[in-house]
Amino acid sequence: MNFDVLIAGVGGQGTVLASKIIGKAAADKGFFTRTGETIGMAQRGGSVVSHVRIDSEDLSPLIPIGRADVLIAFEPSEAARNLCRLKKGGKCLVNTRPMPPVTSSILEETYDEKKIIEYISQNSDSCFVDGSGAAEEAGSIKTLNVVMLAAASEMGLLPFGTEEIIKAMEGLLPEKAVEMNKKAFDAGIKLVCEVEL
Amino acid sequence: MSGQLLIGNQIMARGAIAAGVRVVSGYPGTPSTEVLETVAEINPGDIHVEWSVNEKVAMEVAAGASMCGARALVTMKQVGLNVAADPLMSLAYLGVKGGMVVLVADDPGPISSQTEQDTRRFAEHANLPVLDPATPGEAYEMMKAAFELSEKVALPVILRPTTRICHSTEAFSKEEPRREVLPDGFRKDPKWVIFPALSYRNHIALEGKQRAIAKMFSKSPFNAVLGEGEAGIAAGGMAYSYAREALASMGAPMRVLKLGAVYPFPEELAVSFLRSVKKVLVLEELDDVIEQKLLEAAGKHHLDVEIMGKRTDHAPVAGEYSFEAAKAAIEGAFMPGLSAEEAPACAPVPVRPPVLCAGCSHRASFYAVKKAMRGKNAVFTGDIGCYTLGNAAPLEMVDTCLCMGASVTIAQGMQCAGNDAKHIAFIGDSTFFHSGITGLVNAVYNKTNITIAVLNNATTAMTGHQPHPGTGETMMREVSQAVDIAGMAKACGAAYVRRLDPFDTEGAAAAVREAAEVDGPSVLVFDSACAARIKPKFFAVVGEGCTGCKRCIREIGCPAISGIGGRIGIEKSLCMGCSLCVETCPQQAIRLEVRK
Repeated sequence: MNFDVLIAGVGGQGTVLASKIIGKAAADKGFFTRTGETIGMAQRGGSVVSHVRIDSEDLSPLIPIGRADVLIAFEPSEAARNLCRLKKGGKCLVNTRPMPPVTSSILEETYDEKKIIEYISQNSDSCFVDGSGAAEEAGSIKTLNVVMLAAASEMGLLPFGTEEIIKAMEGLLPEKAVEMNKKAFDAGIKLVCEVEL
Repeated sequence: MSGQLLIGNQIMARGAIAAGVRVVSGYPGTPSTEVLETVAEINPGDIHVEWSVNEKVAMEVAAGASMCGARALVTMKQVGLNVAADPLMSLAYLGVKGGMVVLVADDPGPISSQTEQDTRRFAEHANLPVLDPATPGEAYEMMKAAFELSEKVALPVILRPTTRICHSTEAFSKEEPRREVLPDGFRKDPKWVIFPALSYRNHIALEGKQRAIAKMFSKSPFNAVLGEGEAGIAAGGMAYSYAREALASMGAPMRVLKLGAVYPFPEELAVSFLRSVKKVLVLEELDDVIEQKLLEAAGKHHLDVEIMGKRTDHAPVAGEYSFEAAKAAIEGAFMPGLSAEEAPACAPVPVRPPVLCAGCSHRASFYAVKKAMRGKNAVFTGDIGCYTLGNAAPLEMVDTCLCMGASVTIAQGMQCAGNDAKHIAFIGDSTFFHSGITGLVNAVYNKTNITIAVLNNATTAMTGHQPHPGTGETMMREVSQAVDIAGMAKACGAAYVRRLDPFDTEGAAAAVREAAEVDGPSVLVFDSACAARIKPKFFAVVGEGCTGCKRCIREIGCPAISGIGGRIGIEKSLCMGCSLCVETCPQQAIRLEVRK
């Protein structure tokens, strides 16, 4: 049964690694998996999005609009930007820390945090967590991606248990990075909130 | 376990190794770069892998290897093929011995390119076979088949993946023994020397090969007619994958002509497909290659069939295709009157375009030049690399960008036209080696007095940090003689050459002013490592004195700095402690702190 996860963030936040971890967990379970990412010029601090398509042998690498089962967003405005890909009744997990684009300060465009959060709440089954804060407490903001994955798996948003995600993570990370990321994973599990059904 | 998740480029590299490739050359270019890097990474030890100085050089290196009977792969992006067009066009006449595959990645969108040119069209122009994969898994099989075909017909074979093939991952589990193809060395023969009389004879042979390969392609495993019905879809490459998903979601069974081996066009297969349908919609990204060939076949064989596509406005003529685009095109062609699904409302969010990284030395270089030329009439010609992003506000230091190396030469053309301004060309280190040197020699020879600013961050940054001739390191991580940019500029005869630290804003600006006054071409080399490759020692913090004037943001546009609600904030996780913002603050309210 096909299951689609969309991961959205800002270039540098580690969306590609997050999609690799989910993809590996799925592949380890025996599902044919595809992912589609943004690599290259668009990465440089721009909006990035990773599509993970589980059980997708006959599908394309990009999740169609309105078909994603879950959206995991590392930044509120990136959640809002990609919300249209979420299916009706799809779940959305959002890191609350805003990263206003520098261009909005230059171009005098407003980054209205309240409006953005409101838009997400009104248009999806959403849950907001301070993933950045948890990552910093765990030792590094760079582990935000793992914090968010941990929270998503603990909340049952993914078709895997936390153990399966941890195993996939260990298989992908260099050994010296495993310990800090396990700490981040624990921090993510503690963040869990109830998604309104 | 259902295999390892690999990106298409990693999968194609494995295909080349399985096929027994011995020499791999290329020049980095999104989305092609990781093919060559992967061969280097998992090199069994006897494969020569190199980043060549540009695509033309890479093509010729591969051609030389092939002349010795080695299987050779050359990789580049679509615009790179323009640079390598000269050797490729002649190679079609000269032929190859060892299998030679030319991997050219196309970039529908475009996502990170200057053009939406279609390499399938280029293949036809060059009289060379081209394979167009619909999935990474198919690209693996095509890579192996391309080597076989190349040896069979003694021509280079083009493999043309698009961005979504190159950079999408797929579960991959093939483990095949490597085919042993040992090069037997170069045999002297007049056939390797391209003289007009030989070209004429080989041209006749080449036309004959087109017909033979077209027949082979009608039976190719990469081409097929699937499904049934009088309504037909013809699709190639990634567009086939989108069409397949769209048809499945619509529950609309149709007869599909899937074309992976596109040119020489498999006319026999296409005609049998056209005879079985009444209407055909062609779905293909970029050019209307298949559509044109089907129209030709229908006309030639007097077939009563309606062919719809880009030429009839049933499919988008530009941009990347998608599930949505394929579905809309199918509905438009076969289900008129069906109202399109309502597009969801846009989210209330500001745009987030790519920007120069926090701490990027290019920002400092642009800032120093901007300061030096303030109040003066100056044109800043730009080039291809991360620093093209210097065109955005607030720096606005890139007035032109055309193609690799053109910063140096466009500046000369402007001066020749009598444009009343100082012309300053910005070019990166890798781009300088790629095609900036010839422009510099031209500037000296033709007595211009442009200033060339080489932004030397000691890597090919945009494509993911590849080594180049100036880094003193090869792709296989061996030490090599580093080619010195300043020394080369002097050797070429530049009137003024100086190396600078871009973060010494005042010193750099003074040197820019001096260089701008020199009679003759001047070269400034801004040396500073790429911010993505250094570990920051400091970070900047905004202190009490900040009045919220936003001068820091307006001057340098660093992505670590933001101003919401009149307050300036510097994101610690992004800040590299480069100190550029400290200089801009009129209140001296920004200070650096040591990272622990």
